[in-house]
Amino acid sequence: MLRYIIRRLLWVLVTLLLITLITYLIFFIMPPTKPEVNFAGKQPTPELVAEVKKQFGLDKPVIVQYGLFAKRIFLGDEWGWPGLGFSFTTRDALKPIIIDRLLVTLQLAIGAAILWLMVGIPIGILSALRPRSLFDRAAMGFALFGVSTPVFFLGPVLLYIFWFKLGWLPGSGFYSIAQYGFTEWFMHMIMPWSVLALAYAAFYARMTRGNLIEAMGEDYIRTARAKGLSERRVVMKHGLRASLTPIVTILGLDLGGLLGGALITETVFNLPGLGAFAVKSVFSGDLYAILDVTLIAAFFITFANLVVDIIYAFLDPRVRYT
Amino acid sequence: MAEPLLEVKNLKVHFPTDDGLVKAVDGLTFQVMPGETLGVVGESGSGKSVSFLTVMGLITRKQAIIEGEVLFQGQDLLQIPPDEMRHIRGARISMIFQDPMTSLHPFYKVGIQIAEAIRVHQKTSKKEAIEQAVEMLRRVGIPKPDERAAQYPHEFSGGMRQRAMIAMALSLNPDLLIADEPTTALDVTVQAQILDLIDRLREEFNAAVVIITHDLGVVAEHCDHLQVMYAGKIVEYGTADDIYYSPHHPYAWGLLGSITRVDEAHKERLHPIKGLPPSLIFVPPGCSFHPRCPYVFDKCKVEVPELLPSDGHHAAACHLPLADKERIYAEEVAART
Repeated sequence: MLRYIIRRLLWVLVTLLLITLITYLIFFIMPPTKPEVNFAGKQPTPELVAEVKKQFGLDKPVIVQYGLFAKRIFLGDEWGWPGLGFSFTTRDALKPIIIDRLLVTLQLAIGAAILWLMVGIPIGILSALRPRSLFDRAAMGFALFGVSTPVFFLGPVLLYIFWFKLGWLPGSGFYSIAQYGFTEWFMHMIMPWSVLALAYAAFYARMTRGNLIEAMGEDYIRTARAKGLSERRVVMKHGLRASLTPIVTILGLDLGGLLGGALITETVFNLPGLGAFAVKSVFSGDLYAILDVTLIAAFFITFANLVVDIIYAFLDPRVRYT
Repeated sequence: MAEPLLEVKNLKVHFPTDDGLVKAVDGLTFQVMPGETLGVVGESGSGKSVSFLTVMGLITRKQAIIEGEVLFQGQDLLQIPPDEMRHIRGARISMIFQDPMTSLHPFYKVGIQIAEAIRVHQKTSKKEAIEQAVEMLRRVGIPKPDERAAQYPHEFSGGMRQRAMIAMALSLNPDLLIADEPTTALDVTVQAQILDLIDRLREEFNAAVVIITHDLGVVAEHCDHLQVMYAGKIVEYGTADDIYYSPHHPYAWGLLGSITRVDEAHKERLHPIKGLPPSLIFVPPGCSFHPRCPYVFDKCKVEVPELLPSDGHHAAACHLPLADKERIYAEEVAART
């Protein structure tokens, strides 16, 4: 198992190297506006552009350029490790900014994940236990609504109702616990969490329902009943054990994906997360910032895959890695 | 005569479906005496599994329309509340299933699964229950039972899993063990081992055993009595010798004729029963076997034959006169050899 984990970690490293190569090609070699022109500001003199080009090492062969680029990321730069570079617009180091942003995204993603698990899984279980009942139909109707309602629509509608009309919840914006205290933070996060969680909750409810219905038809469930176990125990211990395992997999990947930034939710609710940062950076042509967000998103997805594989081995005894 | 352990009276299990009422079990009456082995034989869809799943309370009125009586030690299992039934199921009546590959939970250790069965019905600590589980594994002939108990089902072979299932079923010393096609999914050599094991344990545990099977040849020597089922009804009942050597129902002749026999290796073709098992929604009128019966006559198409004993216990539901049956079967046997 340990050997497997080490091997997988090495592969993560290789994957990340490949990802940096691709991002480098996309951002430095392929863009329509040259990075040096972008950096040099409006109407630069050719001398300035050449100077910038030299500073960035863009006058060297592509392979050397990439080498320098990868070295900076993996071994750190003058602002520490990992080397995230500096902002083209403010000339500040990006690392502290990105860490702040990542923390906001983390709060959003984890809170939403807790919410969608707490809503989605119980709904899925209840639906599965009484398929085609009124509850099941209502729940699956909700699920259809949930997966098909876009965040950019639901977000403003909720803001309009609960903030503008009813005044039950505060409006958009991020109020950190450290600065404003728990209640203020929590109240401001309720809507973003709910909006982000809705589609996932709907999807998880459907998946739990499907998995559990399938599991409840298995022979080992009949065995569990034949033992004389209570129906509750049959469902909770034997049925759920089998049907929640695949959900752990999906949860890992979903969370990994979200840590790269919940772009729309962050934009709608004015949360200074990674997604909103990426959008801002794209508009201002802040090359290093876009690049960093891309790499961070890729890293989380790769890493989530690894974590999921390891957890899965513990959950399903039939899966054993050597 | 002793009291029967299990007495099923006119049991009907009908499933409502979109296409109509599926009469899976349609008027079943039989009994199991304490300590005996009853073989229940029939094709797929003859209602043999459904009737015993109903006895176990695994098919309930939620899924099917159930009528009749299931008297177990004098108590009607169809009338008692589900919670009480739960204490009988697994403790006093237990069941093992066809496919040991899928009947054990893949995520739990075998010992834990057996211990769980013990702990539902007995107040014991987890540790004691696991010790009991190991002891049960030893008794069903699993080598190194303490190591095996800590393994997962996928680390067991098919035969070993069925042994583990049997260990689980017998761990509470039940009065009745229902084995639903216990050997169908296993290799031929393992089949014999499992049946011998069931035989031996029946004596050790002093339990009655019901073996449900579609293979008359496999169970005949392990059973005291046999009942042959067709379309949700018993068509013939008797001692194993009665059915094996002088069957009285054309369907039983067909079943016996379709067994592969090693001593007749020179014959190339098997003898299937012609036609298909009847639809259980539109059961043929009269004798339900009549569309497939080579000896059918007018009465068979209108009147349902009753299960009438011809001598003592041996009974068959067929309109043919006894003398004709004996003559025809003698001819069939002669033609086969």
